[in-house]
Amino acid sequence: MERKTKINAEDGKQDLLITREFDLPLELLFKAYEEPEIVAQWMNTKVLKLENKKHGSWQFETSDAHGNVVMRANGTIHAFVPNQKIIRTFEMENAPDSATRFPVQLEFLEFESLADNRSKLSMQIVYRSVADRNRMLQLPFAQGINMAHNRLQDVVNNLK
Amino acid sequence: MNLRRDVFQAIADPTRRAILLLVTSHAMTAGAIAANFDTARPTVSRHLQILTECELLKQEQTGREIYYHLNGQKMKEIADFIEPFRNLWDDRFNKLEAIMKNYTQKKEERE
Repeated sequence: MERKTKINAEDGKQDLLITREFDLPLELLFKAYEEPEIVAQWMNTKVLKLENKKHGSWQFETSDAHGNVVMRANGTIHAFVPNQKIIRTFEMENAPDSATRFPVQLEFLEFESLADNRSKLSMQIVYRSVADRNRMLQLPFAQGINMAHNRLQDVVNNLK
Repeated sequence: MNLRRDVFQAIADPTRRAILLLVTSHAMTAGAIAANFDTARPTVSRHLQILTECELLKQEQTGREIYYHLNGQKMKEIADFIEPFRNLWDDRFNKLEAIMKNYTQKKEERE
């Protein structure tokens, strides 16, 4: 299947740009960011707090299938203009080790309407350093490799 | 884990990237590679060692000469490293789109 999400990460820069066009009218796309119950569904997380206003804050908590909390994240909302933009910070809490620990990041989300009930989201994420950005990009890659290793370990254990 | 991080450190260096570009077209000896740079020969040797250790380059003995050539498989791995991150977001956004399409339908049914 064709991937619709585009990621632009320029060499030597500490930000990245994620863009995506949706088969949705602008209002519905924005609602997916506004309503806590909907955010919880597509982000696959529990929304503890989501204050959609300037100086507001948010907090998410993600658990695994056994109910153990695997990730908690929080941030402050700097701008919230319905159907236009959200400016907020993002910080992961209680990361288990230095490889998954990241300084707070700044996110600029812009929503725009395209023709025929289509809309577009542009998300610029600014990291503290180039190294932090590259590490974040590599995280799912590294986790993928870890998972492959774990699967291999399972297979080996079963042979014993 | 350390080995893999080295791959990204390896390609972060401009000289090492230039070496990788050089051997893209054909395998070369250390001497032939060094001839393309103003840096001292031991410096180039060190770069070659790092690239070989993280498997971006492979050594091949032909007669008395050792030729360096590109390990295409490893290069592809690096080219693909951003893909899991993109897929993560793409999956999330696909879900968002599906939920909101359903949301419209439900709303229309109520009205």
